[in-house]
Amino acid sequence: MKKESKMWRDNVRGIFYIALKDIKTYYFKPPAVSWGIVFPITWIAAFYLRNPGNFKELVPGLIAMTILFSTTAAEAVVINFELRLGSLERLLLAPISIASVLLGKVLGGVIFGFLMTTVVTIGSVIMLRLHFNVLHLILIIVPSLFVFSSLGALLCVMVREVFEAQTLLNLPRFLMVFLSGVVYPVSKMPIALRYVAYALPLSYTVDGLQLSFSGGLSKMIYFYTLILFGFFILFIFPAVKLLHKKFE
Amino acid sequence: MNTDIVIRVSDLTKRYGEILAVDHISFEVNKGEVFGFLGPNGAGKTTTIRMLTGLSKPTNGKASILGFDINSEITQIKKRIGVVPEISNLYDELSAFDNLLFMAQLYGVLSRDRKKKAEELLKTFRLYERKDSLFRTFSRGMKRALTIAAALIHNPEILFLDEPTVGLDVVAARSLRNLISNLRQQGITIFLTTHYLEEADLLCDRAAILVKGRILVIDNPQVLKAKTDKKSLEEAFMKITGLEPEVLAIEKGK
Repeated sequence: MKKESKMWRDNVRGIFYIALKDIKTYYFKPPAVSWGIVFPITWIAAFYLRNPGNFKELVPGLIAMTILFSTTAAEAVVINFELRLGSLERLLLAPISIASVLLGKVLGGVIFGFLMTTVVTIGSVIMLRLHFNVLHLILIIVPSLFVFSSLGALLCVMVREVFEAQTLLNLPRFLMVFLSGVVYPVSKMPIALRYVAYALPLSYTVDGLQLSFSGGLSKMIYFYTLILFGFFILFIFPAVKLLHKKFE
Repeated sequence: MNTDIVIRVSDLTKRYGEILAVDHISFEVNKGEVFGFLGPNGAGKTTTIRMLTGLSKPTNGKASILGFDINSEITQIKKRIGVVPEISNLYDELSAFDNLLFMAQLYGVLSRDRKKKAEELLKTFRLYERKDSLFRTFSRGMKRALTIAAALIHNPEILFLDEPTVGLDVVAARSLRNLISNLRQQGITIFLTTHYLEEADLLCDRAAILVKGRILVIDNPQVLKAKTDKKSLEEAFMKITGLEPEVLAIEKGK
């Protein structure tokens, strides 16, 4: 029992320090910051200028996009670049599990994403004088950060090279931006596309954020939190399994 | 059970599809010795290290390190061993000091000891003056030295060195060999793979010669030379591995 709790502590410590090292080494560099925060703001601003209306309606989409792009901004580097250099292998030599190494990578994206999302959310709330439910926002933002960071990790461990990972990451990113209600409401989409939209995790993030700002039903928020948690499980387990396979 | 044996390998095998990379090898390494694992490129040296250090699963066979099984108790093993891979794979964007500090954190070195231990190692490896320089600014020899320092941060009982002097100039290689000798004097067991046979002759108490995944012989370098009636370990190696006629043919062709 004591041995197990020590191992558990070793793994938690490993996850934390790997995340910290990745943030120090790769995040907060111009490419990650521009991809994580500048790109979503520019994208939404461009959409607004094309169709000027009520900018407040675009805020959930802006926050959702920031979550998606910031969590995955440097994952190709923290996973594939390190895989290429052999630095990832060095982590696997440490007395922690492969799952902990990958969770450390995911947590790095989550922390960076959280900081970027906080900046965008607070900025939007202050500038547009928005009303919101803090608990609801947390219940949607936090699981979403884990979902997209683990999705990024899954796609990155599927390939070897950084450029392959970047290309693969862009596929779901842009698919979700167009189909998850970021700029165009899902409810106005053709019925077939609505089914596709609700197979994508970003749709629940956008919907959940809209409810958090509009004071919608708590039950729906909890339901979305559960669904997002399900997506996290759906992405993280195969990601760990694939990484295991790479080192068999 | 002999407690002086720290690595016990029995029938260890690794197969990648059709390729048999390591072919039913068995050997033991004693506490405090420098054990050389010698062989040409592709002999299975690195694959063996990868299996013993938990980076790869054996297809067959058993191995234990310090009494822990490599299949079921690899975390216990990892806490007690240090590994220096063939490539110096520390973090380019971290300083020498931060690289060591990160390794100390990963290996659970007590927070009050981390800085002290990192500074001690930087001094031992004569890198203290460059402690704040980024890893990527280091020369190849300095990178190698720091990679070894990183492997020692948690005071391992066994150090695995995979081709430690590859790509180093004469001075750097010599300095690294002196470091390895010092580590041995400190009582650390060293598992060394190399294809520089002179180096093995200088450093190893015993050496295993591996060809195409199989161990041909294990003995003291002096004994190997005596048995083959050769003056150098390199000549003994050529005779043992059967590569001698090939070399002679190449030389005749000149």
